[in-house]
Amino acid sequence: MSRSVFSPLIPTASFAPVRLPETASQTAGPYVHIGLAPKQAGFDIFENDFGSVLVSAQTRGQRIAIEGRVFDGSGSIVRDVLVELWQANADGKYAHPGDTQDKRIDPSFRGWGRACASFETGVFRFDTIKPGRASGPGGVPQAPHVCLVLFARGINIGLHTRLYFDDEPAANASDPVLTGIEWAVRRQTLIAQRSERDGAIVYSLDIRLQDTPDGGRETVFFDI
Amino acid sequence: MSDRSTATERGLYGDFAQRDTAAHPAAYTPEYKTSVLRSPRNALISTLNTVSERTAPIFRADELGPLDNDLILNFAKEGLPIGERIVVHGFVRDEFGRPVPNALVEVWQANAGGRYRHRNDKYLAPIDPNFGGCGRMLTDANGYYVYRTIKPGPYPWRNRINDWRPSHIHYSLSGDGWAQRLITQMYFEGDPMIAQCPIIQTIPNEAQVRGLIALQDTGNNIALDSRCFRFDITLRGRRMTFFEPTQEGGKR
Repeated sequence: MSRSVFSPLIPTASFAPVRLPETASQTAGPYVHIGLAPKQAGFDIFENDFGSVLVSAQTRGQRIAIEGRVFDGSGSIVRDVLVELWQANADGKYAHPGDTQDKRIDPSFRGWGRACASFETGVFRFDTIKPGRASGPGGVPQAPHVCLVLFARGINIGLHTRLYFDDEPAANASDPVLTGIEWAVRRQTLIAQRSERDGAIVYSLDIRLQDTPDGGRETVFFDI
Repeated sequence: MSDRSTATERGLYGDFAQRDTAAHPAAYTPEYKTSVLRSPRNALISTLNTVSERTAPIFRADELGPLDNDLILNFAKEGLPIGERIVVHGFVRDEFGRPVPNALVEVWQANAGGRYRHRNDKYLAPIDPNFGGCGRMLTDANGYYVYRTIKPGPYPWRNRINDWRPSHIHYSLSGDGWAQRLITQMYFEGDPMIAQCPIIQTIPNEAQVRGLIALQDTGNNIALDSRCFRFDITLRGRRMTFFEPTQEGGKR
């Protein structure tokens, strides 16, 4: 029986389509910076650019930097990648009405940022705070984490992943998303390494789009 | 600490319906060569939505400037940009037909000659001194957006040695859930180059390609000024929560 018999676009009992198809994704291309980070493209146009610094002086919480690089399957750095980050505040609360946890909003923290890899070094960086633990399905709290999504030339649909923190071993061990990855060996691809540089805390994570020739393992990406 | 909230709250900001991956290009599409080394080889890990995926950043109108949705004027220095003046408008809705208000819509494009204002674009067509090539806006309460610009030109690119991109405008959509994040491209009705484009050919079926083609909206042309195009966008929709499960998980 052909698939079209059951197409939601052909009305049957109800006159309106039950579900419209999501608009198809297309690659962001090599010039994504023009639209989303024009200064990186080489010009100044907007009064207010969205950027990679999430904190102000009033933001509550432990200041951290998150740094990373993205590698392709040849082991080369992807220097034209754009990364967006979404995270909870220091109490584990998201600045959005869909978060119904009984926790404080931080009016000085939206929890969102956008960073480009440097064309020279390939490093992307966010200045933010370490998130608290947000609730999870079934009442199991999530470990502190940030959500990341990657866009670039050659990436046909944005790649969703998460970054966890290596100094949270107990929370990580019970995180429902992390432990939901069947292959324990792959969970390690999401754990950022803490270091201190000039007195500042930096968490570093290299993201691999595929296994790399140096033995690096492909990062876990999610269908959310 | 439970993630469960009242039915009303869940109805407004509930879980997203499972993504229909058949609506999108695969990650690995060898005719678009750059995808070969930039596509994961493992299956994506499917997860239940958590509060992290149900929520998303909220943008405010006062973060945008008054000319941010006017690409004809937002970089004009000593005159107007060269090219066909067009207005593009449409609605952003979810898969169940509900408007997506306050979505951040960001657009970028080449100029009329097919050249991008970008340090890495070395195409020999000239930069237009009066054209930046980017704009942004928030949808209104009905999910409606509008901007004006000049029609971008086609241009050659290195895939095979003589591949060309049809005229297109890049779109970035940020809705009210992280799972709705979408980047895509809009094409123009009647363009014969659409059928030849390896990037468009990554899309698995013709209906989904048609969904990326803006239609001439002649009834809304501005007389003696600009043509008008209509382009509607569908983002992920949140499913209803009729009967709350008490157990989550399931067989693998």
